[in-house]
Amino acid sequence: MSRGLTTAFAIARKDLRTELRTKESVNASASFALVILVLFSFAFNLERDEFYAISGGLLWLVYSFAGALIVNRSFSRELPNDCLDVLVASPAPGWAIFFGKAMAAFVLLIIVEAISLPIFGLFYDISWTKCFGPLVLIILLATWGITVVGAAFSAVIVNVRLRELMLPVLLYPILIPLLIAAMGSTTALLSGEPMAGDNMSYLRQLVGFDAIYTALALYMIEFVLVF
Amino acid sequence: MLRAKAIWILGLLGALVMIFNLHAVFMNLPDDALQGGVYRIIFIHVPAALNADIFYTIALVTSVLFLAKKDFIYDSISVACIEVATMLVLVNLVTGSIWGKSQWGIWWAWDLRMTTQLMCFLLYLGYLVVRPAIAEPTQRATMSAFISIFAYADIPLVFMAIRLPNVRTQHPSAVLETGQMARVYWTSFGVGVLALLLIASALVLVRLHQETSQREIDSLRRELHAL
Repeated sequence: MSRGLTTAFAIARKDLRTELRTKESVNASASFALVILVLFSFAFNLERDEFYAISGGLLWLVYSFAGALIVNRSFSRELPNDCLDVLVASPAPGWAIFFGKAMAAFVLLIIVEAISLPIFGLFYDISWTKCFGPLVLIILLATWGITVVGAAFSAVIVNVRLRELMLPVLLYPILIPLLIAAMGSTTALLSGEPMAGDNMSYLRQLVGFDAIYTALALYMIEFVLVF
Repeated sequence: MLRAKAIWILGLLGALVMIFNLHAVFMNLPDDALQGGVYRIIFIHVPAALNADIFYTIALVTSVLFLAKKDFIYDSISVACIEVATMLVLVNLVTGSIWGKSQWGIWWAWDLRMTTQLMCFLLYLGYLVVRPAIAEPTQRATMSAFISIFAYADIPLVFMAIRLPNVRTQHPSAVLETGQMARVYWTSFGVGVLALLLIASALVLVRLHQETSQREIDSLRRELHAL
C-alpha cells in the first residue's frame, strides 16, 4: 500500500515534470478556457445581476471543457516510444499508475482554473474573493471528480480511433451529477449565500460522487491497463 | 437451430401478447378520472423502463463476468442487452415526453427523474458509439465492460430519483407501490411488461446471433490473412 503510494507520487511527479517542461496541455487548456470565456460574453447579453445567476454554470462549463483537454493527454502522453507498455509491464500496481496520473491531471487542472478564475471575475465583474474559502472547497472536490473519472476514461480510450472526440462523449454524461452540484453551489456562493442548506446537500453530493467514482476507478483500472 | 426457433417463438408470442394487451387497453379499460385517455401511456412507458433496467442489469453481470473469465460470449451478451435496453429507454423517454406535453403543457421538464434517465440514455449511447471505434477484439470487450459497469452507477440514481424525501420532482411518484392504482389496471400493466419482455428477449437473441456470427467471420478473416 505505502509502496504503491510512493509509486503513485513518483508517477505524478514525472507527469508534472514533463508537463512543466513542455507546457503543452496547460497552455492549450488555459488558452482554450480563455477563448470560451470571451465567447460567453457574446452568447449572453445580460445585466450584471443576471450574470450572477448563471455565473456558476459558466465557470463550470469552462472548467469541464478545460478538464477534458487535460485528461485527454493523461494516458495518451505515454503512447510515443511505447512508454505505456513499459509502465504496464513495470512492477508498479495498476492503481498506483492510475492514481499518479489522476493526481497530476488534478494539479494541472487546478493551475488552469487558478488562471481562469480571476479572468472570469474580471470579464464579468463578479467578485469571488468574498466567498473564497467555500469556493475553493467546492472547486477542489469537483475538480478531483472531473480528473479521477477523466483519467479513468483516458485509460479506456487510449487506443481508440478519434479519442479526442470519444472522451467528451463518455465523460460529460457521467459528470452530470457532479456538474449540477458544482454549478448550483458556485452560483449560490457567488450570489452571496452562505455555506448552508442547499449548499450543504450539494457538498454532500460532491463528496459522494468523488468517493464512489474514486473507489470504482481504483478497483476497476487493473482490468483496463492491459494493452 | 434452437436459437432460431427461440427467436421465432419469443417474437411471435410477444407480438400476440402485445396485440391482445393493446386491444384490452384501448377497447376495454375505462379512462382515468383525472387524466382522461392519455394515462394509457403507463402500459408502454413503465414496462419499457422496467425492461431496460432488467437488460442493463444482465449486461452489468455479464460485463463483470467477462472481466473475470475473459470469455467473449459474455461480451456479446452485454452488447446485445445494452443495445436493446437503450432502445427501450428511448421509447420510455419519447412516450414520457408525449405524456408531459399533454399533462404539463411542456415536452420536457428538467427534474431529477428525467435528467437521470436522459443521462442513462446518453451514457449507454456513449458505450454504443465508442465500442465500434476500438479495433482489437480483446481490448474492445474489456473497455466495453468497463464503460458498462461505470454507466450502471446511474441506474440506482434513476430509481431513487422519485423516492428521495427532499427532492422536488414533476414525475408522478411510484403509484405502483402506494396502491393508488385501481385493480382493473394491474392485469394490463403486468401483461404489458411481459409483452415487452418477450419482444426485447427476441431482439436480444437476434443481436446476439449477429454478434457471434461477426466474431466467427472476423476470426476466419484473420486465419485467411495468416495463411
